[in-house]
Amino acid sequence: MTVLELGRIPIQDVDWGRKTVVEGRVLQIHREGFIEEIRGHDSRITGVEAHIARPGESARILPVKDVIEPRVKVKGRGGVFPGLISGVETVGTGRTHVLKGCSVVTAGQIVGVQEGLIDMSGPGACYCRFSNLLNIVLVIDVKQGITRHEHEETLRLAGLRAAAYLGEAGRAPAPDHVDRFEVHGLSGSPREGADLPGVVYVYMLLSQGLLHDTYLYGHDVKNLLPTMISATEVMDGAIVSGNCVSACDKNTTYHHQNNPIIGELFRRDGTDLRFLGTIVANANVTLQDKIRSAEYAVKLAALLGPDGAVISKEGFGNPDADAMMYCKGLEEKGIRTVIITDEFAGVDGASQSLADTTPEADAVISTGNANERILLPAMERVIGDMRVIERMAGGVSGSLSRDGIRVELQAILGATNELGFETLSAREE
Amino acid sequence: MTETLKAVLYMNQFFGGIGGEDKAGIEPLAKAGAIGPGLLFREFLDPHVEITATVICGDNYFCERMDDAGEAVFLLIEGYAPDLVLAGPAFNAGRYGMACGAVCASVTRRMAIPAVTGMYPHNPGVEAFRKDIYIVETKGSVAGMRDGVASMSRLALKLARGEPIGTPEEEGYIPRGLRRNYFASETGASRAVTSLLNKLKGKSFITEYAMPVFDRVKPVLPVKSTGEITIALITSGGIVPKGNPDRVESSSATRYGRYDINGLARLAPETHETVHGGYDQTYANEDPNRVLPLDAVRDLEREGRIGRLYPYYYATVGNGTSVANAGRFAREIARELVRDGVQAVIITST
Amino acid sequence: MAKEIERAGVPAVHICSIVPISRTVGANRIVPAVAIPHPLGNPAKSGDEERLLRRALVEKALQALETDIEEQTVF
Repeated sequence: MTVLELGRIPIQDVDWGRKTVVEGRVLQIHREGFIEEIRGHDSRITGVEAHIARPGESARILPVKDVIEPRVKVKGRGGVFPGLISGVETVGTGRTHVLKGCSVVTAGQIVGVQEGLIDMSGPGACYCRFSNLLNIVLVIDVKQGITRHEHEETLRLAGLRAAAYLGEAGRAPAPDHVDRFEVHGLSGSPREGADLPGVVYVYMLLSQGLLHDTYLYGHDVKNLLPTMISATEVMDGAIVSGNCVSACDKNTTYHHQNNPIIGELFRRDGTDLRFLGTIVANANVTLQDKIRSAEYAVKLAALLGPDGAVISKEGFGNPDADAMMYCKGLEEKGIRTVIITDEFAGVDGASQSLADTTPEADAVISTGNANERILLPAMERVIGDMRVIERMAGGVSGSLSRDGIRVELQAILGATNELGFETLSAREE
Repeated sequence: MTETLKAVLYMNQFFGGIGGEDKAGIEPLAKAGAIGPGLLFREFLDPHVEITATVICGDNYFCERMDDAGEAVFLLIEGYAPDLVLAGPAFNAGRYGMACGAVCASVTRRMAIPAVTGMYPHNPGVEAFRKDIYIVETKGSVAGMRDGVASMSRLALKLARGEPIGTPEEEGYIPRGLRRNYFASETGASRAVTSLLNKLKGKSFITEYAMPVFDRVKPVLPVKSTGEITIALITSGGIVPKGNPDRVESSSATRYGRYDINGLARLAPETHETVHGGYDQTYANEDPNRVLPLDAVRDLEREGRIGRLYPYYYATVGNGTSVANAGRFAREIARELVRDGVQAVIITST
Repeated sequence: MAKEIERAGVPAVHICSIVPISRTVGANRIVPAVAIPHPLGNPAKSGDEERLLRRALVEKALQALETDIEEQTVF
């Protein structure tokens, strides 16, 4: 049995200070030290600005690349974000501290289209829990002439370094609250609640190229055959996002670290269900890869002997086909499923929400219609670059006006997140 | 003190007191005040709403020339400058349902005032118009008159006052097949696990999105030989002239482009690019022919395997574009192609 | 799109990577493509090989347009 203790250190304010340290419930950050850590020795970075955006402020952050929660490995093997800024030793055991209530947000000159925004107040703020976090926003400039792949990698690693650096401030303080997560092995010994239904989690990760990629222990998930992980590994940053295009339903690193399905399955483990295991799978761009991954994931899931499976998706359009394949494969083996997905039902909600369907998908949880439009008021402060909004997903030309911007929910980071992170849903009317 | 609202009612020849089936061919006409069911409407609409007039048309007359009759009825209604319109209820009468639906749809669209009707769920008017207007659910016959009128009046008043409209269950209208966002009391993750557990226990469980059944079109007859015809190219891969002159959006496209390829032997990265944001654009930008195969098509045209390539190609973005928009684009494009004698189409997608 | 074009009476063939989606949405003549970012290409191959591959896919599409079918068919 693997055990991870997650100690929460609540952060209620963030400020610049002479040292990077947690004092009471305030995170003080030594700006120069922080920025130096972010630059690392990466010569591709030419400039770093760090800003603080607090909940309730009239501030808009865009374009966002990733959101990462500061954490630190206090006891146990490995370090946070293994394979990228720590070694590749298996994580997910021992003890990890979390600075709860804040995050690192990477923003910057645009790489490709369709990167999202976070509004710290106003109507857009209800759609995204990041609006309620103390966000330490990094605007990172890179050298001219580097490739877009390098640009993305530079920002990704810098964000992780920043989160790890801040996480270090959480090493010493005593957490307010410690959660204990137990991952049961596959051994035959019966445990409590053996008559409860066994549930497996099939965790689909997007793996479709630049700005659509995900990393497992630093390994590009495009090249992954579905495999199993201990659910606690994500809490140490084993899964990192390289994903930010069409922001509404991309899983940021923060989403992976705080995977709500894993949280829910742990919460109910032993009382309503037995949490048997977690299978990570991918969603590639060829039909053969999709079929291969679906077959493989279903095979692994069946080995665990579950009664049911939760399937989470990432993205929309062609990944709908993957989700349907996983669903059909599992149901055909007698493993009942529920799929969490968002919808693209058009601005008026009249369109077909998914690109692919299968009759076996009779339990679907909707995280909302991403095409619904919203008018976001002008904000006093914009961290990042406002001009990009017109090219952003759902920002039609002419959407920038003095009264604000009219965009689809697509443009708001995490608005229709398909791990079921938010409470947004859609119904037929 | 709020002003009294003015309403115009629409009815067929029977409810309008003209006659039965024998009068189903009568042309549109208007009468002042309330007639027949209008008296019942008055009971539920007083004192807030005054029924100014009733427009009547024969069911056969309307359905045999829906555009013209629809226009005539619309003009009659418009002449009274009402604040709301009520049509029917049509119960299960098919022609009446189609007429009521069409009248309400045109009033809603052209006058931006509420127009409500009532039908039995199986009335063909429901399938045809439910997305465009509010159709209150009624029984299948006039036995449901009182309830139907009551529901219609209640909903119409709410709409006229700009009050927020609730779910079909709450307000009594037939689900319109429109997806509407709302905030649930629990996260998606929590709802998912609950639903799965109920499903596993054999209890009734929630699905928030019912799998649709897509309609099919019978395959069109093949062409005898592609060497004898004009073929057109369409792509949803977002290949456009460099600079995206029509500003086709990179996701949820609301428009498509039509681009001249007369005399062009191939696409090149200097002249074309992709704006589709849903995939890694690197390969398409290096060589746009990988998405719109102009070079291969020209070779085959030169060799006579393709009779002629239509001198324009169409491009849109498949990423997040609603199926409705995609359908609309295709219908418009098809009209042009048929007009210009194109006999087959190759569509490329990512 | 293919479905709507056919509704207007014009035969259409859909070259696409994710065949299940094309099927679900209702295209009748379907030709499987290489991959999402390069449906009629393959950057892993040489320029000449790519052009041959592309030509072969288009030829298959033409053949599909010339084939009488009763139901959705993947060529």
